[in-house]
Amino acid sequence: MSKINFLKPNKSNLYSFLYLGTFLFFASILDVLLNSFFSLNLTGFLPGFLSYFLPLILGFIGLYFIRIELSGIKQLDLLNKHINTNNFNAILSLLIIFIILKSIPPILSWFFIDASFAGDTKDVCTGTGACWTYIKVWIRRFMYGMYPNGEQWRINLSFIALTLLGSVGYFVTDKFKKYLTLYYVVIYPFIAFLFIFFFISGGPVFFDFSYGIIAAILSIIIGFFIPSKFKFYYFLIVPFALYVLLKYFIFYEELIELGKLDGLNWVETGAWGGLSLTFIISFFCLIFCFPIGMAFALGRRSGFPLIRYISIGFIEFWRGVPLITVLFMSAVMFPMFLPADFFIDKLVRCIIAISLFEAAYVAEVIRGGLQALPRGQYEAAKSLGMGYWRMHIFVILPQALKLVIPGIANTFLALVKDTPLIFVVGLLEIVGMLNLAKTNPEWLGFAMEGYVFAAIIFWIICYAMSKYSYNLEQKYKTDR
Amino acid sequence: MNFKPKDIGPQLMTVIAVVLVFGFFTYNAQVNMENRGIDFGYGFLSQESSFDVQFSLIEYDGSHSYFRAYLVGLLNTILVSVIGIFFATILGVMVGIARLSPNYLINRFAAFYVEFFRNIPLLLQIFFWYFAALRALPLPQDAEAIFGISFLTIKGLFVPAFIWQNFNIFFYSIVAATIAIIVIRYQAKKLQETQGKQTPVLLISIGLILILPLISFLIGGVRLSFEVPVLKQLATTSFIYEGGVSLPPELIALALSLSLYTATFIAECVRAGIQGISKGQKEAAASIGLTPNQVLKLVVMPQALRIIIPPTTNQYLNLTKNSSLAAAIAYPDLVLVFAGTALMQTGKAIEIVSITMFTYLSLSIAISLFMNWYNNKIAIQEK
Repeated sequence: MSKINFLKPNKSNLYSFLYLGTFLFFASILDVLLNSFFSLNLTGFLPGFLSYFLPLILGFIGLYFIRIELSGIKQLDLLNKHINTNNFNAILSLLIIFIILKSIPPILSWFFIDASFAGDTKDVCTGTGACWTYIKVWIRRFMYGMYPNGEQWRINLSFIALTLLGSVGYFVTDKFKKYLTLYYVVIYPFIAFLFIFFFISGGPVFFDFSYGIIAAILSIIIGFFIPSKFKFYYFLIVPFALYVLLKYFIFYEELIELGKLDGLNWVETGAWGGLSLTFIISFFCLIFCFPIGMAFALGRRSGFPLIRYISIGFIEFWRGVPLITVLFMSAVMFPMFLPADFFIDKLVRCIIAISLFEAAYVAEVIRGGLQALPRGQYEAAKSLGMGYWRMHIFVILPQALKLVIPGIANTFLALVKDTPLIFVVGLLEIVGMLNLAKTNPEWLGFAMEGYVFAAIIFWIICYAMSKYSYNLEQKYKTDR
Repeated sequence: MNFKPKDIGPQLMTVIAVVLVFGFFTYNAQVNMENRGIDFGYGFLSQESSFDVQFSLIEYDGSHSYFRAYLVGLLNTILVSVIGIFFATILGVMVGIARLSPNYLINRFAAFYVEFFRNIPLLLQIFFWYFAALRALPLPQDAEAIFGISFLTIKGLFVPAFIWQNFNIFFYSIVAATIAIIVIRYQAKKLQETQGKQTPVLLISIGLILILPLISFLIGGVRLSFEVPVLKQLATTSFIYEGGVSLPPELIALALSLSLYTATFIAECVRAGIQGISKGQKEAAASIGLTPNQVLKLVVMPQALRIIIPPTTNQYLNLTKNSSLAAAIAYPDLVLVFAGTALMQTGKAIEIVSITMFTYLSLSIAISLFMNWYNNKIAIQEK
């Protein structure tokens, strides 16, 4: 055993340094641990400044001692490589460990130990912790808004049914796989629309808009049988024509009757709210913004200059303005642009505004994918005698969309995170309901609990979405 | 130009459709405005606004015009955006580099930060800071001084104001120092390229930027003093700080949440940029004898910046647009002052919303044009 030089830990005295360093390191951690969990101050006899920094100094010296390269002990080498590469890293690691240790007890006590769960009045919330009773009492409002309590089963039933119908893709056999796209693009949105229309609303929720939906879906279905030479003109004219036809042949009272099922009351959209509204808006905007965005992405890549300029104008306009002004526009300016007898529900106006806004972002993402495809793909498709639509639907878009899955997922995430902005037009989804509940004189002073609750919910939704998109990306990744 | 007759059809149809839609809207707008007796015009901008704004950078009260109110809102928007961009950049770069750290703990900590703040709606974060976190601050009379001169209270942050004498001389000295530094850098680069001599540019620059302003203090007659905020009693239980500069809690909450939120996106841009540099570049640079600092400065950063800057500018743009959420917590920005209060008073929906949108639009188009120019400038010139 050679002489120990404390300034230069070396391999010859490995175990002396290892024991000494480990001891100092754990002593420092123990000090912080006792301090934070049991509010014991072991170093209280030292002057204030030293007592504060002692764990850091001890831990630093400990880590310095055990920083021996190629020690031959696997765990030690791993530790040194990951948290203890040099002095600076050692201090940062220690600080992070201490911050975590210090913040665990207050967080735990606020969330669980001192929090109140029982009861259903404000009086039970006397502790220093969170008042989860507040959430418990208000949970129906946070989930369903002002939707009548007795009718909430309608929302639950619709959501369960739509989730089940949405998961069909996982269970179908290979024989039916080729119909899945058709199902998800046309049939599923239509079923969802029917559920909202008949079940959640039970009345004329979409007014003039529902003619539009019916016209659009009818024209898409008929569109499959139109020869591709006329498809462009067809889609330019027929939806509008169908719309006008429907509007002047089915009348308002009949629409109310149409929306009614026996025994279901009409709940107007002003009463919808909470998390369920977040889902409804996200769902419809997601469905609408994708085809619109795709159309404008193709338009921007089009060989016709006029169509290209119109698409560029559309995309750059929506990307240049904040969503809140778009919603302002849909609330105060849009009604001015429509005939006096033309009524669009404010929820629908919101959905249109958000869809157009997000469509511009989707368009840019898809354009990125289209640009990334090599020219050879286009040329190969053309040389097989495919026309514009056939080429895009069967060759170009499937490849381009696969490339931009992360980008599209990010846009959809942004969409979900943007839904709280609908407070501008007076619709209250979960964040809006929180703000309303916060001002209730019976329940003042629980803003923190509400926001933490909503933050957890949104975090789970968004995190799950981003993980799902990552999985999709991995699944469809093909080597090129 | 290869003109094809069969191309006319689709284009003409599209244009007709667009014109029809716009024509439909304009016609309806005219009819509606006639029915309601509203006239269209921007004349109201010069009328007296007769409403007050709580926080403004320029002199403003109810007797000023609507145009002045518009300027107040615009300046407030720019102020909060600049503050947000400043802090978001610092935090974002730090977190982005931390995510690439070999230190497992730092790496995870940064990743946790990014995943946490990125997945919560910005509006919720703003509400959280404004209604929950900042409400827990002490009242003015109970506030403890930070460094003895600043006070962070429930009514905002109060910091000392600078009072300058002969500020222009100080300003000129800074300008002179900047120009001198640019000239010296240019000369040093020339010297390096022609003769291979290296000049300690950094030391000279630091010296210049310190010494020239110091001289202005010593012989230029520049004086600086501070006006420290002082507690003042308004009523028996109501206190406020007077003097100094006061930053309202709305501004603090907004700037804080904007920077925390946008920093996560900037961090990802920075990480992607540095990861995008292939290892071979660093090894090649090291093998021709550059020091690690030189490798970073001369090889890695110029290439990484090329990847980092375009998406980061996009994030700056997003931050500026997101600052319009100020309307939710009553920070008097462009949307609240102009599209809120002014619109309520005048009822000129079309004019005011169009001006507001046009302002944001020109802001973002200006930045995108600058971006395109910059992109073309730094793009790799392929042969």
